[in-house]
Amino acid sequence: MSNSHHLYEKIILDHNRAPRNFGKLPSPDIIVEASNPLCGDTFQIYLQLDGNVIQALHFEGNGCAISKASASLMTTLLKGKTKSEAQNLLESFQTMLNSEPTESMEESELGELVAFSEVRKFPMRIKCAALTWRALDSVLSSDESCTHPTK
Amino acid sequence: MAKLTDYNNNLQNDFPILGKKIHGTPLIYLDNAATTQKPQCVIDALVRFYSEENSNVHRGLHYLSQVATEHYEAARKRVTSFLGADDTYSTIFTSGVTEAINLAAHGLGTLLLKPKDEILITQMEHHSNIIPWQLLCEKTGAQLRIIPISDAGELLMEEFERLLNARTKIVAVTHVSNVLGTVNPIREICSKAKEQGAISLIDGAQSAAHLNINIQDIGADFFVCSAHKMYGPTGIGVLCGPAELLNRMSPYQSGSGMVESVTFEKTSFRTVPDKFEAGTPHIAGAIGLTAALDYLSDTGMDAIESHEQQLLAYGTKVLTSVEGLRIIGNAKKKTGVLSFTLENVHPHDIAQLLDNDGIAIRSGHHCAQPLMQFYHVPATARASLGIYNSKQDIDSLVNALHTVREVFP
Repeated sequence: MSNSHHLYEKIILDHNRAPRNFGKLPSPDIIVEASNPLCGDTFQIYLQLDGNVIQALHFEGNGCAISKASASLMTTLLKGKTKSEAQNLLESFQTMLNSEPTESMEESELGELVAFSEVRKFPMRIKCAALTWRALDSVLSSDESCTHPTK
Repeated sequence: MAKLTDYNNNLQNDFPILGKKIHGTPLIYLDNAATTQKPQCVIDALVRFYSEENSNVHRGLHYLSQVATEHYEAARKRVTSFLGADDTYSTIFTSGVTEAINLAAHGLGTLLLKPKDEILITQMEHHSNIIPWQLLCEKTGAQLRIIPISDAGELLMEEFERLLNARTKIVAVTHVSNVLGTVNPIREICSKAKEQGAISLIDGAQSAAHLNINIQDIGADFFVCSAHKMYGPTGIGVLCGPAELLNRMSPYQSGSGMVESVTFEKTSFRTVPDKFEAGTPHIAGAIGLTAALDYLSDTGMDAIESHEQQLLAYGTKVLTSVEGLRIIGNAKKKTGVLSFTLENVHPHDIAQLLDNDGIAIRSGHHCAQPLMQFYHVPATARASLGIYNSKQDIDSLVNALHTVREVFP
């Protein structure tokens, strides 16, 4: 295992200290609960859709620096994206968390998410990084819940 | 075996794993409330059993079966005497505290409980001393009542007395909190429970390796503990309780080894302890536990307690030098458990960074979510002490926490 100090990239520490889009949305279409019962991390994700486009994305809750920074970055990166664009990014992120790094990673659509590339060396923390993304994916992939608000 | 004379002279050399390096630095093990490391004598006892004595117990006529049976039953006697029980008690081997409490809840439920009866537990219980009683309440219509605590992490005894009444049938309380380290006044609790005719069960998971235990002196009906938190093997624990009462309780599991006779119409059961030990028991585990108890007794429970108290006092003092550190659990009477939060740093990130220095602590809710809710924290970081820890271990912890503070200013 490598030095765990490398886990805490500057951008992760920054988003942990000052999470973006933190707090409820006034009138979300969907509220998603993301929790890991093993460690107690719990977040709520607030999603506002305009047709297929993510119009606003907020979150709040409690978790480690990795899960909180990942949720924060997610809200900044997915705003304005279509559902399928969001799912593509989620897939690339998951791939990065679970596999060896590739040459093209820096230039890829992952952008700032590359800060999480060290997480794959800490198997216990992959769930932290993916926590809110997976929860959001579960509602994005279910058309039903997107067309019928569940708030 | 080394002797435990002061808080820097420890027993590290008796524990082979403590010579191991983690990420290139020597292991500093401060997760003893989760499980303790095993001394060489325990490891040797397990190896000796499997290489020289392995056989099944109770039913064999051959030599090895008799040896295994003798050692298994000797282990039972050893545990009984370690817990200060006399022959009115029965010692039943279980897989650990969890199974021991489930066994007691199951048997007591059918024997005692009617709708509207009450079971008393505390705000600081581990999930394993909450859920079996909660499920039992659902099944029987009994009610679960909770003894509250103060901010310092001490039971509010006047509230306990207020809650205790003629409907209280069971009082199940932890001896020592796995999160706060609080040592509860269990003698008083058991005596008051007895006055009301309630059965008491003391969860000794966090006390049996740290304090002198005498079930008769405590006045408890049941006392439960787990070997792996007492420098013994995983997978074995103990329920010690009144033989007469246990004989009236219905079996928890059924199968071989616990029956007098079986026909397709009816089965009659043996008396305790066999009645509650269906199937092949964890023979090697019982033998390993004996070695662990011998190790504890040879070291001396009083010496262990005083060693850990010195370390606790030192640790409490130096931890507070870390900026933004708050110790959760400030009871007057504590064992060596130091739960804390660090402002602006999640406990998981603390534990992750400490691991880098070979320091093993635990972070999370410690299977005590109602207690986390009481303190309004999602999780804590917890350093828990054992007999081999030293002042240097605490210093390393504090230095590493200063580094965490630098990473998360």
